[in-house]
Amino acid sequence: MLTEQKIKELELQAESLRETIVEMLTAAGSGHTAGPLGMADIFAAFYFYILKHDPHNPGWEERDRLILSNGHIVPVRYAAMAHAGYFPVAECLTLRKFGSRLQGHPERLRLPGLETTSGPLGSGLSQAAGYAYGARMDDKKFRVYCAMSDGEQDAGNVWEAAMFAGNNKLSNLTAIVDRNNIQINGMTEHVMPLEHLRAKYEAFNWHVIEVDGHNIREFVDATEQAKAIYERPTVIIAHTIPGKGIKEIEFDYRWHGKPPSKEEAQKFLAELRTLKGKIASEHQ
Amino acid sequence: MLNPSAKLDSEFEKEFASKKSSDLLATHGQTFSSQTPSLAATRDGFGKGLLELGEKDPRVLALCADLAESTRMLAFKEKYPERYIELGVAEQNLASVASGLANYGKIPFIASYAAFSPGRNNEQIRTTISLNNVPVKIVGSHAGLSVGPDGATHQALEDIALMRVQPNMCVLSPCDAEEARKATRAAATHNGPVYIRLAREKTPVMTTLASPFEIGRANLLWLGENPQVTIFATGPLTYQALMAAQELESEISVSVINVHTIKPLDTAAVVAAAKNTGAVVTVEEHQIAGGLGSAIAEALAQEYPVPMEFVGVRDQFGQSGNPAELLAHYKLDTPAIKEAVKTVFARKLQ
Repeated sequence: MLTEQKIKELELQAESLRETIVEMLTAAGSGHTAGPLGMADIFAAFYFYILKHDPHNPGWEERDRLILSNGHIVPVRYAAMAHAGYFPVAECLTLRKFGSRLQGHPERLRLPGLETTSGPLGSGLSQAAGYAYGARMDDKKFRVYCAMSDGEQDAGNVWEAAMFAGNNKLSNLTAIVDRNNIQINGMTEHVMPLEHLRAKYEAFNWHVIEVDGHNIREFVDATEQAKAIYERPTVIIAHTIPGKGIKEIEFDYRWHGKPPSKEEAQKFLAELRTLKGKIASEHQ
Repeated sequence: MLNPSAKLDSEFEKEFASKKSSDLLATHGQTFSSQTPSLAATRDGFGKGLLELGEKDPRVLALCADLAESTRMLAFKEKYPERYIELGVAEQNLASVASGLANYGKIPFIASYAAFSPGRNNEQIRTTISLNNVPVKIVGSHAGLSVGPDGATHQALEDIALMRVQPNMCVLSPCDAEEARKATRAAATHNGPVYIRLAREKTPVMTTLASPFEIGRANLLWLGENPQVTIFATGPLTYQALMAAQELESEISVSVINVHTIKPLDTAAVVAAAKNTGAVVTVEEHQIAGGLGSAIAEALAQEYPVPMEFVGVRDQFGQSGNPAELLAHYKLDTPAIKEAVKTVFARKLQ
């Protein structure tokens, strides 16, 4: 039951993930900032409410599978996994460093719980569809989730997968598109327009739900609704703010692929630690 | 079982040195006859092997990109429709859906023409199959020039190179239909990604049910008396290599080794043969760059360099024509192999 109390907890958890994201990216000295911050609410909802999973048994057969297609936002997944107990939060500071299990883009064989290896965009939805197809053959009850970016929708492979999943009515598959409207070269609608995205997925026989990606109740409700759709896969188009939580970088596509400097990080962390302005930050 | 890596052993010498090549082939169940070979395509052997696997292992699935009949997945599709998955003309999806299925616990075989898979979907294979190290079996049919009239677009001449450079990937290139059947079965039990290269054309069947097949173990098919040159051949051109050996019998004694596994390469057998004969020819229906010849050159350059000649495609695309015309034009036929043997033999004597 998603109580108001639980939602508050998840929102706080999302803020913790954002702090960890800023810390790990700053320590790494490279990586992507906007996407992970924008998806923090959704990953908090996944790891602390939606997913059936066991951090102490990452290979549990009945677990829900979360495939991260846009591997470059993996800091949000690492942060969520660490906070959920898969590994110590301190290990997050090894991100992108030699010998670390936390590769710049996720590698399944290096860290239990990642489900797959990704980075090159466009093939996560296919893998999730394969997973869902196999699970359905064996009457498995777990669900398969696939998180994608919106810029990724430029890739033809995405639409091959969308056609396949729609054709096969993979109702155990729920995709999430992080609709933050930015990609490396600029705004998505300037680089390669995606609209009308809803109509495109509908035309491929998907059930489409649009939500505010920072409204945890809306997102959780959408994942629940998807479970009740038996005849087609569901895609949740989650409208998010890139860089969410740090006013200075929100909506700015230039933060897609760079990390904060040490000075910026201090400022950003101070902003994140005010409980949305309710308290004074320890850094102020 | 014949063990080429033990070729230089006295035991090996004892067993085979006195025998004629034809006896050797007979000993190991091969029925090589240059006069009236029976013909079958390696893709047919794959179809048979896949059908056998369907019976044997319920985890085996067949995924196809709109080419069920020509890749010979059709029989499996008809017998096990619930385990056949249609992808349509979408090779990138073919590879990455299979990755998901394998990651979940299935053993998917994915089939298309080699020009498209692994041609078009190379990155998906690299990231979602090889780097992920999941047991997807990639079947590239219609490889080589012998696709014939379809022309250069459909003549994959670089697929071995593409697959050989990916860590975790095993690369199989069977010489005939029977070996393709065995390779298919072996691929299913190999714990990891495998590429199987197949051809469209019917070609001579040199091996039999009893012939040995083990991934990573090359097979000696022909051993002339006191051989002076070793031919390493892969795929259906192995037959032309045997023909060349036979036709050269009175001139230059040759041994022929069928390298059905290009990766992992049977380095021990390759080095032993190079030490034995001191001269090497490689034969493949593929670009010389990155193919069997390259693999063997890499091994010998490090371990035992000897004069070497390459029979393969020389940095060119193919074109329309019938298979025999094309093999002759691109110098992959029996006369070309004989020429290479003579050249390398002369170099050895210098």
